[in-house]
Amino acid sequence: MISVRVRYFAGHRDIVGQAEQQMALEPGATVGDLWGLLVERHPRLAGYSGRLLFAVNQEFASPATTLHDGDEVAFIPPVSGGV
Amino acid sequence: MSNSMPDVALSNEEIRRYSRHLIMPEVGMAGQRRLKQGSVLLIGTGGLGSPLALYLAAAGVGHLGLVDFDVVDESNLQRQIVHGSATVGMPKIESARRRLLDLNPFIEITTYEAQITSANALDLMRPYDVIVDGTDNFPTRYLTNDAAVMLGKPNVYGSIFRFEGQATVFSPRDGGPCYRCLYPEPPPPGLVPSCAEGGVLGVLPGVIGTIQATEAIKLLTGIGETLVGRLMLYDALAMRFRELKLRRNPQCPVCGDHPTVTELIDYEQFCGILPEVSTLNNQYEITPAELAAWLARDDRPFLLDVRNPHEVAIAAIPGTDKLIPVDQLPERLHELDSSLEMVVYCRSGARSGRAVELLKSAGFRKVKNLVGGVLRWSDDVDPSVAKY
Ligand SMILES: [Zn+2]
Repeated sequence: MISVRVRYFAGHRDIVGQAEQQMALEPGATVGDLWGLLVERHPRLAGYSGRLLFAVNQEFASPATTLHDGDEVAFIPPVSGGV
Repeated sequence: MSNSMPDVALSNEEIRRYSRHLIMPEVGMAGQRRLKQGSVLLIGTGGLGSPLALYLAAAGVGHLGLVDFDVVDESNLQRQIVHGSATVGMPKIESARRRLLDLNPFIEITTYEAQITSANALDLMRPYDVIVDGTDNFPTRYLTNDAAVMLGKPNVYGSIFRFEGQATVFSPRDGGPCYRCLYPEPPPPGLVPSCAEGGVLGVLPGVIGTIQATEAIKLLTGIGETLVGRLMLYDALAMRFRELKLRRNPQCPVCGDHPTVTELIDYEQFCGILPEVSTLNNQYEITPAELAAWLARDDRPFLLDVRNPHEVAIAAIPGTDKLIPVDQLPERLHELDSSLEMVVYCRSGARSGRAVELLKSAGFRKVKNLVGGVLRWSDDVDPSVAKY
């Protein structure tokens, strides 16, 4: 198993109930696999599928990006507030 | 934004005013004259727009355009620092114009008391060098993005929620991405909470708005390294800045190699927002006056509050039977009796509207949304209930 640090932002924090967490994944797991796992655990994340930014180690990533032990993954939802 | 010396001159008064800029070689006379020759369009004079307008005016940006159609409300003053108690009730653009011209009478301000729309966006933006997005909803963000890309102008982006903010500069002509490269599809309506629903720390737009102001000044003077291609994420509670490197998407429908969106579209429709219905449109809505009358009768409905628990301490409608925050509703439906007549409320009617939709789809038929929520209850029924 590999271990990755997952960081949440804005509305995701309310849904998940925390700002970050450590997660164990099968070797070879992708960003998309991790997101799928989280949606299963927190069904209210489903609305954000296809409408969020992925970052691995502070670099833009895609659902196909393969994760490695010790990676930091960030899920960044759109935020519209400004007033 | 060219490298040649601009042909506008600075008076001796202006030289005194801007001396702290002028003594820095990175700005100097050339940079200050570029600021004076420069123009910025501020879309929104609210949370982000306030510090933006103040600092850009103070810095001597020669021409500021302000677009807003809102009026100053007391609840704005916790963060919208360009306005004041004396201008409550005044159009925001006029309130801001007075404050900005007091701060710096050497600049020109053009105000547009209007909502930016697909019909006027290109004309509004065309005269300006830099566009700054300080709005608060997805349709306007996509509209601002698309229009700026089409005009080839940099769009200084900022957004805020509770204790977190984001900022970047969208500028495909400089090799960076646009907003649609990051988020090609808007989220479904109602999914992402607004600041009105979720709250915002008053100082947060100060941090993000001043980052935007800094970027606008750098774009106009041509100094430093801008946020093109980088997204700044700020977390006030952790007091941490993070940076994410961004990439332009060659398949982007607006700024990609083969754009498919080449003129402005209907952004409300794009974001899935249906036109507002002015009067009660169906059996699933009730006004505060109707509810007050019903609550006084023997056949009174079950009254459900879908706000967060800490909001109850601020204000509540007397006779509330139960509190279930809207986010918890899907998991707590079993606590409700679908055979009862039920009225659902929140602060403004937005969250309770979503709750009613959810309840309807779960088989509840006798459920109504209190239109206007606590706010309208206070206006129409009981002013002793605080508005917040
Ligand atoms: Zn793009």
